[in-house]
Amino acid sequence: MLAYLIRRLMQSVVVLLFMSLLVFAGVYAIGNPIDILVNPQADQAEIERATRALGLDLPLAQQYWIFLRQAVLGDLGRSFAFNVPAIQLILERMPATLELAGAAMAIAIVFGIPLGLWAGLKRESIAGKTIMTGSILGFSLPTFWVGLMLIMVFSVYLGWLPSGGRGPTREVFGIAVSFLSWEGLAHLALPAANLALFKLSLIIRLTRAGTREALVQDYVKFARAKGLSDARVVFVHVLKNILIPIVTVIGLEFGSVIAFAIVTESVFAWPGMGKLLVESINALDRPVIVAYLCVIVMFFVLINLAVDVLYSALDPRVRLGEARAG
Amino acid sequence: MIAPFRIQLFLLLAAALCPVQAAELRIGMASDVTSVDPHHQNITANNNIGWHVFDALVNVDENTRLVPGLALSWRAVDPTTWEFRLRKGVKFHDGSDFTADDAVFSLERAARVPNGQFASFVQRIVGREVVDAHTLRLKTATPYAMVPPDLNSVFIVSRRAAANAATEDFNSGRAMVGTGPFRFVRFARGDRVELARNDAYWNKEARPAWDRVTFRIMPNDPARLAALLSGDLDLIEQIPTADLARIRAHGGLRIEQKVSWRTIFFHLDQGRAQPPTIADKAGKPLAANPFRDPRVRLALSKAINRQAIVERVMDGAALPAGNLVSPPVFGHDPDLKAERFDPEGAKKLLAEAGYPAGFAFTLAAPNNRYVNDEQIAQAVAQMLARAGISARIETMPVNVYLSKARGGAFAFAMLGWGSFSGDLALRALVATADAQKGFGAWNWSRYSNPRVDALLERAFSSVDEKKREALAREAMGVAMKDLAVIPLHHQVALWAMRKGLAYTARTDEYTFAHHVRGR
Repeated sequence: MLAYLIRRLMQSVVVLLFMSLLVFAGVYAIGNPIDILVNPQADQAEIERATRALGLDLPLAQQYWIFLRQAVLGDLGRSFAFNVPAIQLILERMPATLELAGAAMAIAIVFGIPLGLWAGLKRESIAGKTIMTGSILGFSLPTFWVGLMLIMVFSVYLGWLPSGGRGPTREVFGIAVSFLSWEGLAHLALPAANLALFKLSLIIRLTRAGTREALVQDYVKFARAKGLSDARVVFVHVLKNILIPIVTVIGLEFGSVIAFAIVTESVFAWPGMGKLLVESINALDRPVIVAYLCVIVMFFVLINLAVDVLYSALDPRVRLGEARAG
Repeated sequence: MIAPFRIQLFLLLAAALCPVQAAELRIGMASDVTSVDPHHQNITANNNIGWHVFDALVNVDENTRLVPGLALSWRAVDPTTWEFRLRKGVKFHDGSDFTADDAVFSLERAARVPNGQFASFVQRIVGREVVDAHTLRLKTATPYAMVPPDLNSVFIVSRRAAANAATEDFNSGRAMVGTGPFRFVRFARGDRVELARNDAYWNKEARPAWDRVTFRIMPNDPARLAALLSGDLDLIEQIPTADLARIRAHGGLRIEQKVSWRTIFFHLDQGRAQPPTIADKAGKPLAANPFRDPRVRLALSKAINRQAIVERVMDGAALPAGNLVSPPVFGHDPDLKAERFDPEGAKKLLAEAGYPAGFAFTLAAPNNRYVNDEQIAQAVAQMLARAGISARIETMPVNVYLSKARGGAFAFAMLGWGSFSGDLALRALVATADAQKGFGAWNWSRYSNPRVDALLERAFSSVDEKKREALAREAMGVAMKDLAVIPLHHQVALWAMRKGLAYTARTDEYTFAHHVRGR
């Protein structure tokens, strides 16, 4: 187990190195951050001074080397645009994104599994068909469009929910959360629903497919033949077995929900990390882009690890030491 | 008759008082506030917050003209010495008195904030002398007329609160002590800035009508508009022009507008012998750079139907331009009219210049910077095609665009510029590039006219405002007649708000909560 963990950590360090190199080269290829950062009224001397102050006058390789040296010491650099440590910017916005992603995943799981089960069990019923049609819509409609429609309907026409932004926050164990008040929940509802839609559809389809597959297997037939109640067959024999792939996917998708909350965050003016990334790319704020991607890579690594551990707990046949992660 | 009148009066009073009791104003900002440190980044969103909490020695009014701020008056005692008489009885938000010492501290701080962008406004000041608590003398090495306009960009902070303060200390609020109409309450990065009224604001006429103001940061256009429509916001800035008609038709909303200081124009490379992308229509290089011929430049300008762009592309939210600065701005010459649309004249000029079959080049423009920038580029290319010139359009995000343009990748490139003085705009855009003097940092046209340079130098060294404006106008006239750039239009700045509000629209595009009133 320990050797396994160490190997996983080594792998993630390699990924981090490679990713940071890509970002450095990528930002360099896009353009010079100084052209965006500097005020138009600035003259040549001012532009040169700013270039030097940010270290952008050095060769790219040297800039990268300086970054690596500081990164080893835990310093991912100061944001060009915000003039504060990049990692601080990201950590400051992380609770908002985690809250949004968590709420979205909760919605997707709480609604997705029962709906998927239902659609799998009653394949030919109207309800079953409606659920599947709905999930196709959830898959194919672009997130930003759905977000705008949600705002139009629930905020502009009906006036039930606020159109964007995060509600008042309260500190819990030093983390600012907003879901503890009604106002906070009202602000959370639309963006979470928007972000959940795609994952909800995914979980519905996954659960349905698993259910359909399991229903025709011998152990289910045998359980039925034993005279077990429908409820016991569905919730113990079917659900428990199909949960393994679902947990895997939920875990992996949680990473992507965090990483791709960008669209929802922009549409709903949700002050999360994704919005920060978009703005940082527009401003070519390289330290923030690098730091953000480092954090996201770490997230994926940790989530994958958690999924593997959970997987072995759910399925006793899996032994972590043997799994060749790759 | 008397009783109803009294009732009316009472109702009027009640109506006037009621909104004051619940006086909260929620504003949607179109761009992100990166920090509230007033001497850090010189960008509109940061400065917009700065103007609520701080003052400068010299303020500008809604027409971008200089008006007294914390300085009551200023004059040049000799060509290299400016004397500022400061306002007495002004108090900082912490109750301490504002004195010349705070002004000196602010000028020093603006010069030394790490990554700060305000050093260029104070670097020409070589000596600072506190004559008494309310008199300040500033020395420049050479005669320099721009000290008062430069000081409009330097916010005055309190020495007591901001000594040794870093950007973080402003963001946390510890050092956010100013003299402005609002006290700072809270800055949540990427989300909002909250302010509260300063009841002791020195400018009694500008005392805000609002107890609390929240600036919500919402760069996404549809989201910002939706928040206004749903009543989550009271006022928003920068409305997409496509939504104008709908907002005008909406019963609960109204619009305020004013010509912006931002002018959209094209740089055309008349410096290099063979600028990139210019060729004949078969792709063969031309013998000479056609943009060097004034007849070709005029032909291009005549081929553009500015009125059509204003009406169709900009939905009326622009003014055809013949100047590099918009009408209210210092140095604007009203005699320079926008070039009339004349496709036949354009063809004739091209034939005269030796290009009867026209030629081809790439028209470069950003696609996320100026209002409808990509659509404008498309419209212009089509208009040029009618005059026989084939312009391929190349648009890209501004973060890519600016680096390429500065690197000289384009021969014909769109740029927008906001300046509160014509000579400053000319200095950056059309003066001969000279790093020593700070001239021509954005002169993508590579235009060079010694007469324009000389006029600008004279303008910057003439401490007499009237003389300076005359010189600025003259330089503008020369550069525009030469078609150093092809001006397109001045943008119109737009604000949308709920019916019960009125806003004193500003040419500099700032959104000031203290200029929002109930009506």
